[in-house]
Amino acid sequence: MNQSDSKILIRVRDLHFTRGERVIFSGVDLDIPAGGVTAILGPSGTGKTTLLRLIGGQLAPDRGTIEVDGINVHQLGTAGLYALRKRMGMLFQSGALFTDLTVFENVAFPLREHTVLPEPVIHALVLLKLQAVGLRGAREMMPSELSGGMARRVALARAIALDPDMVMYDEPFAGQDPISMGVLVSLIRRLNDAMGLTSIVVTHDVPEACAIADHIYLVSDGRVVEGGAPSALAASESAWVRQFMDGLADGPVPFHYPARDYRADMLGIET
Amino acid sequence: MTDTRGRIESISAGNRLEIHLSGRWEVGYAAELEIALAQLSPPVDQPVLIDLSGLDRLDTTGAWLIHRGSEALRSPRRSVTLSGARAEHEQLIARVSGLYQPCEIQPPAGNALIRLVARLGENALTVLDTAASFTAFIGLTTVTLLRSLLHPRRLRFNAITVHMEATGINALPIVSLISFLIGIVMVYQSAFQLTRFGAQIFVIDLLAFSVLRELGVLLTSIVVAGRSGSAFAAEIGSMKLHEEIDAMRALGMDPVEILVLPRILSLMVVLPLLVFTADVMALLGGAIMCWISLDIAPDLFLQRLRSAVDLPTFWIGIVKAPFFAGLIALTGCYEGLQVSGSAESVGQRTTRAVVESIFLVIVADALFSVVFTILGL
Repeated sequence: MNQSDSKILIRVRDLHFTRGERVIFSGVDLDIPAGGVTAILGPSGTGKTTLLRLIGGQLAPDRGTIEVDGINVHQLGTAGLYALRKRMGMLFQSGALFTDLTVFENVAFPLREHTVLPEPVIHALVLLKLQAVGLRGAREMMPSELSGGMARRVALARAIALDPDMVMYDEPFAGQDPISMGVLVSLIRRLNDAMGLTSIVVTHDVPEACAIADHIYLVSDGRVVEGGAPSALAASESAWVRQFMDGLADGPVPFHYPARDYRADMLGIET
Repeated sequence: MTDTRGRIESISAGNRLEIHLSGRWEVGYAAELEIALAQLSPPVDQPVLIDLSGLDRLDTTGAWLIHRGSEALRSPRRSVTLSGARAEHEQLIARVSGLYQPCEIQPPAGNALIRLVARLGENALTVLDTAASFTAFIGLTTVTLLRSLLHPRRLRFNAITVHMEATGINALPIVSLISFLIGIVMVYQSAFQLTRFGAQIFVIDLLAFSVLRELGVLLTSIVVAGRSGSAFAAEIGSMKLHEEIDAMRALGMDPVEILVLPRILSLMVVLPLLVFTADVMALLGGAIMCWISLDIAPDLFLQRLRSAVDLPTFWIGIVKAPFFAGLIALTGCYEGLQVSGSAESVGQRTTRAVVESIFLVIVADALFSVVFTILGL
């Protein structure tokens, strides 16, 4: 266990990324250890989802490198990239289930695409994954009939259908009631430990992140503000960390979004 | 019930003017109150007293109007006094007057003509960008198609047949009906003109040539662009919105291979067949109309048809169909993949898909005409 703990699965170095005029990342360094749950926390709009897309190779950085298991993601060709993505499961915020397929077919989809397994084997594998997320009974339902929490669990079953090495969760707790939040929290931890996964959870729900993560990175204004174990962050003296972890309205992150002179704005003067 | 709208009354009392404000000074009455305020024009050196005791309700807009009105009346030779306001009204007026800063609003800088030219230039650059990225999309699709042809297992025959049903079989009724009616209209219109020269029999030549060469394929393409091009854009667009496309990529699957290729291939197979149906139905409609209005019996119609057109005429129409199908499907899929942000974008992209694909079909048709003329067909 100690040996796998010390191994770094994802290594991000000096990451720069801009979208149009907006600077999203300016010099991000991250190490994500294999076999653990790493949470990336930050206010809305800091590009946490963008970070996952960069790791998945759906976006290319302006500068800097992202290595997954020693492979530089952005030097891969299309074939290599698709091969790598099979090793990364990704859970999208909305679930992103294929709306015209049943729950069963959604989970079976990656298996049918990437393997030539006979139907009985696919059947068995899909039921196994659905059982793991507790939705074996919902296999004939359509995505439109599912609640938000159920849709996310089905999407999770689909993300782990090919037994990836790692799963990336994009805001898994956003907009969930306390019960399904608790279900997802325990599910992420359980799957991580049972399947020997590496999990990356992007979120802004502080208590949930502290509950499941082995390691937390705080991201804001395009940089990593602080990183460490949840207990270390809880004890941090930094004003920014305090504001975020305790949810204070004003602090290093100002209440007012940067604006022009109030008077000029009211009068509609072009400046 | 009394009228509660905001009112202004001005009374001359001795050597000063008293303005009584009453009723509800609220945003709903602001327009009329502003006009009434502007019409106040007391003599230059008469002091003014504004009496606020009659005010029922006052909101921010009302307070701002009162403040601005009183400032407009104030001059070195005329004093303006506000009096009788209730405490909460006084507080609001004081609050608003603190923010009041008169200014002259500058017109936007730059010449209107220059701005027009600049906008024209921006739009032209956008069009060029779109053309470049559409060309890149055609290239990507072609490469994906070639790769799939090397591994036929990756061509999705299930999806292709589903789309063939949706774009082909389900379009049969509307395509047939429209072509049938066009056949009738063609004969009806040309019969009237040609009868004047005693040349009724050439109605058949005219009908056969225009339908087989141009109208059949063009009308069918336009109907299919409206039906299926828009459907492609909307289907792919809403999948894009629901992150389904991202999910596919994340699962190591290629959306072009899964979503775009089956749609293009099925439409390229189906459109020539639809054009054939349209040709038959238009000739049928024409034949019936010839019989009814010109007394040309069906056997004579067929005989004339056979001598009027030859097989190449028929093929010229059919040959164009797969190209038009490719353009319609590519445009629909391209616009669908361009969807981003909100549901509104799906609507915009769907409209663009239809307009652009009809435009491209007509441009391509013109190119075909030139090529066929050069080839002497």
